[in-house]
Amino acid sequence: MALAFDEYGRPFIILREQEQKTRAKGLEAQKANIMAAKSVARILRTSLGPKGMDKMLQSGDGDVTISNDGATILEQMEVENQIGKLMVELSRSQDYEIGDGTTGVVVTAGALLEQAEILLERGIHPIRVAEGYEQAARIAVDHLSKISHSFEFSSTNIQPLVQTCMTTLSSKIVNRCKALLAEIAVKAVLAVADLERKDVNLDLIKVEGKVGGKLEDTELVYGIVVDKDMSHPQMPKRIEDAKIAILTCPFEPPKPKTKHKIDIDSTEKFEALREAEKKYFDEMVQKCKDVGATLVICQWGFDDEANHLLMHRGLPAVRWVGGVELELIAIATGGRIVPRFQELTPEKLGRAGIVREKSFGTTKDRMLYIEQCANSRAVTIFIRGASKMMVEETKRSIHDALCVARNLIRDNSIVYGGGSAEIACSIAVEAAADRIPGVEQYAVRAFADALDGVPMALAENSGLQPIDTLTAVKAQQIKEKNPHLGIDCNDVKTNDMKEQNVFETLIGKKQQILLATQVVKMILKIDDVITPSQYS
Amino acid sequence: MADKLFKDDAVEEKGERARMASFIGALAIVDLLKTTLGPKGMDKILQSTSRGHSVSVTNDGATILKSLHIDNPAAKVLVDISKVQDDEVGDGTTSVVVLCGELLREAEKLVNLKIHPMTIIDGYRMAVECARSVLEKRTRDNRADPEKFRQDLINIAMTTLSSKILSQEKEHFANLAVNAVMRLKGSGNLEAIQIIKKAGGSLQDSFLDEGFILDKKIGVGQPKSIQNAKILVANTAMDTDKVKIYGARVRVDAMSKIAEIEAAEKDKMKQKVQKILAHGINCFVNRQLIYNFPEELFADAGIMAIEHADFEGIERLALVTGGEITSTFDNPESVKLGHCDLIEEIMIGEDRLIRFSGVEMGEACTIVLRGASTHVLDEAERSLHDALCVLCQTVQDSRVVWGGGWPELLMAKHVDELARKTPGKKSLAVESFAAALRAIPAIIADNAGLDSADLVSRLRAEHSKEDCMSGIDVLTGGVGDMEQLGIYEAFKVKQAVILSATEAAEMILRVDEIIKCAPRKREERM
Repeated sequence: MALAFDEYGRPFIILREQEQKTRAKGLEAQKANIMAAKSVARILRTSLGPKGMDKMLQSGDGDVTISNDGATILEQMEVENQIGKLMVELSRSQDYEIGDGTTGVVVTAGALLEQAEILLERGIHPIRVAEGYEQAARIAVDHLSKISHSFEFSSTNIQPLVQTCMTTLSSKIVNRCKALLAEIAVKAVLAVADLERKDVNLDLIKVEGKVGGKLEDTELVYGIVVDKDMSHPQMPKRIEDAKIAILTCPFEPPKPKTKHKIDIDSTEKFEALREAEKKYFDEMVQKCKDVGATLVICQWGFDDEANHLLMHRGLPAVRWVGGVELELIAIATGGRIVPRFQELTPEKLGRAGIVREKSFGTTKDRMLYIEQCANSRAVTIFIRGASKMMVEETKRSIHDALCVARNLIRDNSIVYGGGSAEIACSIAVEAAADRIPGVEQYAVRAFADALDGVPMALAENSGLQPIDTLTAVKAQQIKEKNPHLGIDCNDVKTNDMKEQNVFETLIGKKQQILLATQVVKMILKIDDVITPSQYS
Repeated sequence: MADKLFKDDAVEEKGERARMASFIGALAIVDLLKTTLGPKGMDKILQSTSRGHSVSVTNDGATILKSLHIDNPAAKVLVDISKVQDDEVGDGTTSVVVLCGELLREAEKLVNLKIHPMTIIDGYRMAVECARSVLEKRTRDNRADPEKFRQDLINIAMTTLSSKILSQEKEHFANLAVNAVMRLKGSGNLEAIQIIKKAGGSLQDSFLDEGFILDKKIGVGQPKSIQNAKILVANTAMDTDKVKIYGARVRVDAMSKIAEIEAAEKDKMKQKVQKILAHGINCFVNRQLIYNFPEELFADAGIMAIEHADFEGIERLALVTGGEITSTFDNPESVKLGHCDLIEEIMIGEDRLIRFSGVEMGEACTIVLRGASTHVLDEAERSLHDALCVLCQTVQDSRVVWGGGWPELLMAKHVDELARKTPGKKSLAVESFAAALRAIPAIIADNAGLDSADLVSRLRAEHSKEDCMSGIDVLTGGVGDMEQLGIYEAFKVKQAVILSATEAAEMILRVDEIIKCAPRKREERM
């Protein structure tokens, strides 16, 4: 590490504990950063596309996750490196914003950085590269809008939506029954969608999984599935036309927050207290009964006595239901969550056509189905799968599909997948580059090359010759002026993604390019990295 | 590169190496389990690492895998499927792991031939679909004929039990299990079957008891047998009933008042007992303890009081006697009481147990297992559990197939045909699937000390004929007619084995990179 010396030859201490820190500067720092980001991208590169491979991740506690989802892989990887963490962030923000394309965004960013490294070696200033990328990204996004299509669907014609979701699912392990899952996802989204406002609240879709059975047994339940059972083993397992009281107060004697003590100093008081206690339980249960509830769902536990009284009065009850589930039940059944027994009124009860308990397998696992609710706007996707890892991965895949369907309802523009959009953008950016004067021209051209990275990875993962395939498709696109040509990953002998029905959302693609460019700009601007070296 | 991407202890394995690691891990597990497969399979001794180093001897795949501490992530996938198989159908836990391992072994060969894993997966998917549909076509359903159906069930139970410790007494236990399951009348509610283990005697002495046996003693001085019992099943505190209102405490200023309150407490208990008596019962079963004082009161009233029945026991008792589990006793007229014809104390070996016979719900029964040691009993319980699960599944889905390697060879034959019709590299994978299927009977034969290559090829020749029923007859060491030998398996179990094994193999094949995060540091405990 370079040190500054004063006239007596003593070093200036600039940083605290200077000797114990490693410092990378200038080009060295940039190269190290790019290296780190690239190695993250390289890990994900093989996961891209329908023939992409999965990653197996073992957490610190020994749990195993197998996933194809970029965001999940990166999150579970526990990346240490600072720049690596930026890439993780990048994937995460794509996940939050769009939900799909989390792998693509990282691969794009990696390709951009790779190109930038070449430019830096030529002595081009990183800021100029960043500016060039910025311009190029704008051109690419404009071009994307140009080649996009808006496509028509309605609540009756859901086929186009299903097709798009299938594209998303085809890269996951669940692609065996992608048609079924895509349909479930689309139906779920449509059930909760507000088509007029073009908005979807994904919180209303509950994704519940249970290990066992086949993937094909996955179903969409118009209602709520709760992983709970009746509080008393002898309560009825099936309630029709249920009126549901949703409570957040326990069936227990009250516990005032203020500190208090009741002193008992005589037999009478002892007796009185006993009576009072008994009355509490009685009143609580009676109150529920009086308003006409036929099912009590409670966030807290029950006392044994209360439990029996409920049972005795023929009032089935469920205890220890989580807060989120409680809210969903309230939304679905049109009921209100009641925090105190005194506030229970008939209007606040929720309604459901049928509530039933269902048991699975040889273990005593039971789940509660609440169906035919007053407000059918809350649905549950109930996933079955051969193992825990399978169920978890299916959950993530379904989440991606749901996000895609939601994005389409918000904005029904699509571009074609299979790398066709990237290739088209690359051509457009390349053409535009020639008209840009100055050093930026190089950067813009590099951007065009970087865009080829995604189709290249797709071709590679599908076992095709990457350069051959890419150049062939590119030449064909220019010759036929058809931006729908992409990489034929599934070997169906056509390059036209329109015929293959491979769609992606416009907004997702746009976001991918913009986010990747942004992060790359940020990484390029760093020219000094100071890290504390190994602490003992 | 100077900068590390991961933490210090993290391990990253890529491409070929990753694949190799998962293959090796999975195959190690399979080789471990392989020798337990089939009627001549061997058992494993498992010693736990916890204090006491307790030992269990088992043949059950799921149990073995559950007790292993595995670090290889691919091996964990196998452990997981075996567990799920256990939860879902109860049997075939070893088969599913072995089949999955064989699929991976075949896949490894293909990968070495530079065939892309995705192509292999495609082939496997085609093959599994074909195999399943073929098997489904050749099932037999005897539901219509109760006589034959019962015979089917007994055969299935015998097949399941033949690979376990119970194989010596398999006929006895098969009958036991079938009788127990038939009593359920198709409800599939295994909870109504209770298994009680009592060391002593021989396995042959195990018996099925109609009714319910509770491993508890009757209170002192109370009647030892009651006819036409009315039972109140309760879950209530029968010690000093605490005041549950928060913050209540007793504060007195004189000794005399303590005595008063004590009297009040006692009085409260007495009232509670009175209320219970008002139900007109002659047997009271409580989940919680009954203290001496109330016990004495019950004894005075000539009522049998049973304390501290565990939670499951009480639920089961309520279920079988048709009573309601009560916690308050204010309105006796509306509480549903349980009934049974006779409650008596019986002796099994040295222990006294309480038997409730002639219960309202005829579905309930108890299987009492006797055996020389706790290890034998534990293993017997696991085996019986497997058999009961399979029978339950069969009652619900009554299709059966033959065993002894018959289904594997049948499927292999049709999958082979499919391979011949399939163009492209996929056909190699389809072929491999058939080879993996054929490996199962080979392992069974190997375990029995037979010449597997000879047997399997003879079987294959047999199967080229239409409607062949041949399988391995382990006892004579030749090829035999499975229908005549009565070796049956449930279709549902076989189907679950094939589907889950393929799914798991697929999952492992798709992986091309393994990242192991740094293990969480355990804090040093002082």
